[in-house]
Amino acid sequence: MKNIAQIVCEHPFFHGLDGEFCDLVCGCARNVRFNPGEYLFHEGGDADYLYLIRYGQVALEIAVPGKPSVRFQTLHDGDLVGVSWVLPPYHWAYDARAITLTRAIAMDAHCLRKKCDDDPVLGYDVLKRLLPILTSRLHATQMQILDVYGAPEQPE
Amino acid sequence: MADDLMVPEPVRVLRRQQELATTWTLELESGQAGHRPFLPGQFNMLYIFGVGEVPISLSGDAGQTETLVHTVRAVGPVSNKLAALKPMDTVGLRGPFGVGWPMTAGEGADLLIVAGGLGLAPLRPAIYHVLRHRERYGRVILLYGTRSPDDILYAGQLEEWNKRPDIEVHITVDHASGDWPGKIGVVPSLVPTLDFDPEDTVAMVCGPEIMMRFTVNALRDAGVEDESIYLSMERNMKCALGHCGHCQFGSTFVCKDGPVLSFERVRGLLSLKEF
Repeated sequence: MKNIAQIVCEHPFFHGLDGEFCDLVCGCARNVRFNPGEYLFHEGGDADYLYLIRYGQVALEIAVPGKPSVRFQTLHDGDLVGVSWVLPPYHWAYDARAITLTRAIAMDAHCLRKKCDDDPVLGYDVLKRLLPILTSRLHATQMQILDVYGAPEQPE
Repeated sequence: MADDLMVPEPVRVLRRQQELATTWTLELESGQAGHRPFLPGQFNMLYIFGVGEVPISLSGDAGQTETLVHTVRAVGPVSNKLAALKPMDTVGLRGPFGVGWPMTAGEGADLLIVAGGLGLAPLRPAIYHVLRHRERYGRVILLYGTRSPDDILYAGQLEEWNKRPDIEVHITVDHASGDWPGKIGVVPSLVPTLDFDPEDTVAMVCGPEIMMRFTVNALRDAGVEDESIYLSMERNMKCALGHCGHCQFGSTFVCKDGPVLSFERVRGLLSLKEF
């Protein structure tokens, strides 16, 4: 059976992290599980944890008054859930809910932020891992906002 | 020869099936010859007499040429009339025209087929061809993205393909409500999640142009070569013979040199707003 250090350091988000740093960040980690329908976090809540999905599917949702929530992204095995933990004032910008049984590593955001602040080399490494995720989500949002499957591009 | 190709042949509608709220599939007679061969990726010009003519991709099986299948989204005067046609109504037909998907060039390689929205229609003949000649191709992956679960084109067929062991089907929607159990996210975001050999992959992409641009970026990031990426371009085609210039895209006439073009050929033009 793998210990939590192996699980964390083999997760795609931390894969390839320097061994010493890996030991450091593992001190912030614990195993968690979410049943289908269970929320990982709610919009506006404190971003106290980030979640590394080991297994399962998580939907990111925005509540719409008087209507069902709109799901705008699903995350799966190997994905990171939550980026607000790195940006003050550390509040979630949306809801995250498990769609299927989801097993994840919960990283204590206060703990991880402190370790990143204490060691800028680790902090820079973590930020470099976050930036592609943020960029790809920005691109996805651009496509979603443009509603590319809506009006046709060429007039008849 | 050119004169004949400019004259539409009246053909009858045999069947009409609603696919989505504004999208219909028409099955047409192939004309007096009794059959009309075409290549996956080609299109016909469909003419509503007295209204106008539009290019519509062939979306049926190129192995069955006695009838012709077109999937039409009602978005303008001509396509609204087309979508409203009933069995035994008559429509004018010219074609088939254009260059299709690289079915021969793709033989021996893995195929990554990426469709967005109604872009699945021009790719469906390619999928039929691959499944009919499955031994000629390596791994086959279909990525399909659309706006919402209600906008999934050919949903029943995608489900059937998904059950087959010889094609991998991944579907994602841009957004959904709580009862959708599948993936949510834009279709280019599926590319980095795949475990595939980019050097041995031919990619065929069809959908709205912005979706194709983002998909091309994802394919290139994954290591697929520019010459192995093929796009089906949508432009305002009129003559379909490369004479009128309506569909000119740089030095390329989309109707005659396309609609399927290699990314290598259109690389410098794709993001130019002048085109």
